[in-house]
Amino acid sequence: MQRVRKRVTLPDKRVSEEAFNMNELKAKPIYLDYQATTPTDPRVVEAMLPYFTEKFGNPHSRNHSFGWEAEDAVEIARGQVAKIIGASAKEIIFTSGATESNNLALKGVMKFYGKKKPHLITVVTEHKCVLDSARHLEQEGYKVTYLGVKDNGLIDLEELKAAITDETALVSVMGVNNEIGVIQPLKEIGAICRERKVFFHTDCAQAVGKIDLDVEDMNIDLMSISGHKIYGPKGIGALFVRRRPRVRVIAQITGGGQERGMRSGTLPTPLIVGLGKACDILSNEMAEENARLTELRDYTLARFRDRLDDIYLNGDEEARVCGNLNVSFAYVEGESLLMDIKNIAVSSGSACTSASLEPSYVLRALGVDEELAHTSLRIGLGRFTTKEELDTAVDAICTAVERLREMSPLWEMAQEGIDIKSIEWAEH
Amino acid sequence: MAYSEKLIDHYENPRNVGSMDKNEMSVGTGLVGAPACGDVMKLQIKVTPEGIIEDAKFKTFGCGSAIASSSLITEWVKGKSLDEAGSIKNSQIAEELALPPVKVHCSILAEDAIKAAISDYKSKNGVADAAE
Repeated sequence: MQRVRKRVTLPDKRVSEEAFNMNELKAKPIYLDYQATTPTDPRVVEAMLPYFTEKFGNPHSRNHSFGWEAEDAVEIARGQVAKIIGASAKEIIFTSGATESNNLALKGVMKFYGKKKPHLITVVTEHKCVLDSARHLEQEGYKVTYLGVKDNGLIDLEELKAAITDETALVSVMGVNNEIGVIQPLKEIGAICRERKVFFHTDCAQAVGKIDLDVEDMNIDLMSISGHKIYGPKGIGALFVRRRPRVRVIAQITGGGQERGMRSGTLPTPLIVGLGKACDILSNEMAEENARLTELRDYTLARFRDRLDDIYLNGDEEARVCGNLNVSFAYVEGESLLMDIKNIAVSSGSACTSASLEPSYVLRALGVDEELAHTSLRIGLGRFTTKEELDTAVDAICTAVERLREMSPLWEMAQEGIDIKSIEWAEH
Repeated sequence: MAYSEKLIDHYENPRNVGSMDKNEMSVGTGLVGAPACGDVMKLQIKVTPEGIIEDAKFKTFGCGSAIASSSLITEWVKGKSLDEAGSIKNSQIAEELALPPVKVHCSILAEDAIKAAISDYKSKNGVADAAE
């Protein structure tokens, strides 16, 4: 009996020892892609949990306590979301996320006011869901102006003023860019729009919790908000729709007429509670969190600049959110860099990481040379990022850049003083 | 994107990285691609008087597949005659590294690079090229 047991336990032990060593060898991956998504804050999860099980009611059920309980929770969350942007609770419409909010804002406003005012103004560096909504509107006969950006990623306010006509119904400019983290001058844009009696929509998926937002002070008429970018759950977002002066939108999802007819569908109570809690946490902790992240970001950039030559920060250094670094490491292609640092989760503006094989349209819009656009990394810091993680990441990225530069014919030419632009390259 | 083990091995441990003196008569240099497209390959061969490639070196700016493709082709051409090396097809490289469809252009670049290096050597040394 004992011999049999021994035979069984021995290999088992070996396997577990092996597994243990494997785990030790495998470094823990470091997440530095907070602009892509954020982990849900444990406090948010905790707030959500009861609404999956015991408090599962339909917030639209008007005649029993299950419904009332859910409705109360939804309304508290609505207030929490409103508070963080200086709105009133009645101005918040829950959606499935910022993509839906942006679709509703652009299509909803243009379709309501479009007969008299068929003109929309937006910016070339907007998120794909804004640009694609604009393209769809164009196909339906609406007129769209796409403002360019300066080389720091910000729009030219004079260009905006000049673009507004009597036919303009809506201006849509994002608060913070998802790739380069630059902050557009929302207050100035809002003042221009209000003066010209044009509605102002802003996609603030990347701005909420990063910069102070006040829809009154900034004259914002519509604002898109995302849950999963602010440590809330995925699948929930909101659209702020101003009541005074009233902004009308044509619903893009019709049905039971929930959300004052602007967005039908049963409200997902747990997700809404999560979004509310995420906003509530930000209301209390935002200032402190952003101060910490700004320091970490500046420290990280300084370390890169200390160790490496020929690196370029994409987007304005001052008008920039605390959690974003977008850096081009000249002469090293972005995807090969990502392959080298596979334990560090960042993203690249390189063509090779995208299905289209085109480098980032945002970087191109800034006038970043295509060769530099191919060499960019976006490093996103967030709530759970530590200095130790950043030290590890900087070391790994720098080592990889040095290794790949040794392998790069462009780096070799640069060291020999050959101007890469002077060579006639065969485009392929 | 999931890459094959061979590709990752060539990316992590690239063979024959380096440069030769491009002014030397026995060296042929091929420089193909464009920085704006995200890949540039420099491939050099050292050829014996008998027309055999005795050494090959590369430097590549590009994605992991481009680096692996150039590393692989430097291994393959060593010891081959110019004609043999010039007849390597990109499809062989793509197959060996199991390149995903969007990365096949990397293998085309490697084929172009060896062809350019051979042609540079031939024009330097006044060798008639039957193919051209």
